[in-house]
Amino acid sequence: MNSSVIIFPGSNCDRDMAVALKKFGFKNKMVWHNDTELPKSDLVVLPGGFSYGDYLRCGSMASKSKIIDSVIKFAKSGGLLLGICNGFQILTETELLPGVLLKNKYSKFICKNVFVKINNSENKYFKNIKKNILELHIAHNEGNFFCSNDQMKEINDNNQIAVHYCSQNGEIEDSFNPNGAIKNIAGLFNKEKNILGMMPHPERMIDNYLSGEDGSIFFQNLINNLK
Amino acid sequence: MEVNENIALEHGLNKPEYKKICELLKRTPNITELGIFSAMWNEHCSYKSSRLHLKNLPTKGKKVIQGPGENAGVIDIGDDDAIVFKIESHNHPSFIEPYQGAATGVGGIMRDVFTMGARPIANLNSIHFGSPQHKKTKNLLRGVVQGIGGYGNCIGVPTIGGQTSFDESYNGNILVNAMTLGLVKKNKIFYSKAAGVNKPVIYVGSKTGRDGIHGASMASAVFDEKIEEKKPTVQVGDPFTEKLLLEACLELMEGDSIISIQDMGAAGLTSSSIEMASKGKLGIELNLNKVPCRESNMTPYEIMLSESQERMLIVLENGKEKDAKKIFDKWNLDFSIIGKTTNSKKIELFYDDKKVAEIPVDTLVENSPMYDRKWKKTKLPKKNKFSKENFKNLKIGNVLTKLLSNPNICNKEWIWEQYDHTVMGDTIQKPGSDSGIVRVHGTDKAVAATVDSSAVYCFAHPLTGGKQVVCESWRNLISVGAEPIAITNCLNFGNPEKDTNMGEFVECVQGIGEASKYLNFPVVSGNVSFYNETKDKGIKPTPAIGGVGLIKNFKNMITMDFKKVDNIVLVIGKTEGSLDQSVFAREILNIKNGPPPEINLFNEKNNGETVLNLIKKKLIMSAHDISLGGIMVAIAKMCIKAKKGIKLKKTNQLINQFQYLFSEDQGRYIVEIEKDKFQEVKEMLNKSSVHYDELGHILDKDIIIDDKTKLSIDDLVKSNYTWLKGYMDK
Repeated sequence: MNSSVIIFPGSNCDRDMAVALKKFGFKNKMVWHNDTELPKSDLVVLPGGFSYGDYLRCGSMASKSKIIDSVIKFAKSGGLLLGICNGFQILTETELLPGVLLKNKYSKFICKNVFVKINNSENKYFKNIKKNILELHIAHNEGNFFCSNDQMKEINDNNQIAVHYCSQNGEIEDSFNPNGAIKNIAGLFNKEKNILGMMPHPERMIDNYLSGEDGSIFFQNLINNLK
Repeated sequence: MEVNENIALEHGLNKPEYKKICELLKRTPNITELGIFSAMWNEHCSYKSSRLHLKNLPTKGKKVIQGPGENAGVIDIGDDDAIVFKIESHNHPSFIEPYQGAATGVGGIMRDVFTMGARPIANLNSIHFGSPQHKKTKNLLRGVVQGIGGYGNCIGVPTIGGQTSFDESYNGNILVNAMTLGLVKKNKIFYSKAAGVNKPVIYVGSKTGRDGIHGASMASAVFDEKIEEKKPTVQVGDPFTEKLLLEACLELMEGDSIISIQDMGAAGLTSSSIEMASKGKLGIELNLNKVPCRESNMTPYEIMLSESQERMLIVLENGKEKDAKKIFDKWNLDFSIIGKTTNSKKIELFYDDKKVAEIPVDTLVENSPMYDRKWKKTKLPKKNKFSKENFKNLKIGNVLTKLLSNPNICNKEWIWEQYDHTVMGDTIQKPGSDSGIVRVHGTDKAVAATVDSSAVYCFAHPLTGGKQVVCESWRNLISVGAEPIAITNCLNFGNPEKDTNMGEFVECVQGIGEASKYLNFPVVSGNVSFYNETKDKGIKPTPAIGGVGLIKNFKNMITMDFKKVDNIVLVIGKTEGSLDQSVFAREILNIKNGPPPEINLFNEKNNGETVLNLIKKKLIMSAHDISLGGIMVAIAKMCIKAKKGIKLKKTNQLINQFQYLFSEDQGRYIVEIEKDKFQEVKEMLNKSSVHYDELGHILDKDIIIDDKTKLSIDDLVKSNYTWLKGYMDK
């Protein structure tokens, strides 16, 4: 399976993502933001970080970068496109996903483990996954997902919510919401479910000496589904 | 502008210094030259009050590749890998503008590390604030934490540890010390020494603006109530540009075109160019019209003294300019050839085709002033006598609850959750541990780092305090199973022109020297910050020590959470019961005089090495050093982390139970061992003549001290975790 990780100036989880993809069997290529063509890929990843410094709205500069047209084309033709953290922000800025990611509710950067519950597993990302509550890690300042009522209706109608923040036992309640995201949304699909944007970082949880190992479950399952 | 003595005084120079400048130049300097002298001769850059004493620190060792004098120290961690590390203060700017002050402190120290060719792999910090009741404390803490996070998080380097304290002596003068560790191959280390004549001098990075002019001079003066007016001298950080600069420099460093490289830190272009020339015994000629400027009409004086961030100076091999420029173009950074090396041994500056400054380099460096300032020795205070009377009416549970929620002991999660501590995917011990640990990417090795200080001890008796901080750093590394290698120090003190403050400095440094020599734990880099004083009130002496150690196989690291019910818990090291200067004496008994706990370097070394041996033989399941709050706080923290309990044995100690449980005697550890290994452990401890007490065994919940005292872990978690959150988010 071939994967590509896009590097924007200011990306800082690009290496971590590449390490994780390779660990679970992807042949990965790094793609520079000024390139215009994607290598042949089964999966394209927009990694975490602060693309172009994120001095404007997070992800907005990246959504106008040279490579992004190819990325959009790839996704629109059904290719798997995964955006983690800043990658999720870029996906909303390119309008491949609905809504926006606002500043966290308490205006603080948050770096900690959270639990997320998978809401929809009828897709390449979560099909057959062996756990439906995963412990993952978040590290962001703008992860507070928000959208209009109309957008929310569409999200619900199309079952686009990928993962919710929840308790260890899967309760989706306010007290387990780290950033104020509407409906505890931690990750979202497009209508067709080939694009996934997610605030938590599975690539930081790929061996038991790190903050946890549930990221391994995510990647292993993903590559199994692609084979 | 005609220069005279008054203008020199306004630049922070004194009359004899101004006279000396005129003598060295054999003329009156012009304003640009005066600016350069004032920048190079101020305390921050010249170390004029401290040099004499720093000379005595042990700086060599088998694993030391580079000691003090470079951008950072370098140590050998085997297999051609080396760790570059340093700690630096950014105290004055952080008090005036906490977010930017702290952010640029982090940016500056990371630049010091990647200037040497190393990719930063971990950040730590030591931050100190005034009393929680002081009106400024909350905002300063919030701003500093956001600033440290804002910069480090954006670059993508994990912040793996640190220390936060509160003390009223910092009310008018907070401390912000930032430390960075970087990883480099031994044969790819870059130095600041220029070599060869007619080599191009290159400016890369951000453009030069008017920010930060005289920043280094500000850090060399005491504060008064007009300090807010100095806000414009605080630099503004741009972590995005720093990230680009980091990647571009490391890319250029893969080749062999760099002769010398130096970041523009304090005193900007002035100190970077002069340092390169001085180390290479060369001259440098700069055309200031070529310096990329952010603002128009900047004068040579402003260009030379600007402290705009994210800039580097590089001396390249001839003919490599084009290739180098390509790399900086790729990263969208300025690249300008601004001059060349010469054999004149002078710094010569040109602007609009006119020579605007000409100064022999040695007058700025070798001939810079050095003072043997008057200093006063601190007498060892008399010990207090504690009797049953002191402890009457006290209950262990209440005391423990109070200590666990003490601002200096309580859990600091509110702070470190704002730092990205997991980016780069190699953090295997997070903040809140004895040391932070990151793996050396792609290997079995891991590097442990800790930063410590004990201003209360240093204030009570600087010599003992200086020793203690080094020992604490050593213990924190051993507790995670790391072999201690070397330290970096950030020496935060008051006004060196006062003999008591100078005395605190001299004796702390002496203590640091003695301990690091004895423990074979050399000082490889550091920084001095004097004049931490506002309106005549100085801070408590606060040397911060950053220690670094190596774990050969990260799978053997030790964490502090208790592992298994029924395992035996030992106290390694002798408990004498010295309560003076302990948190217990100060906060519970309200006794604030007396000497700090004694340091016995023989025991310290012997106990530490024995614990490390036990760890190597895989006999230890968990470990934690005993520090603030003594045995009781140490075991409570181990219980809290594991959500387990402990049953204490009845002890037949000669000292009172409160003294046993709350004294802060040094050189001690708590360790957990399995029952069937106890015999082997005992034999090893006896063989090494290490004292130990059997403290008790692990339970699945509750701390049971005696028939009457049973404490629930949930309650202890609450006392430990709620103070800071409540204080900040209220």
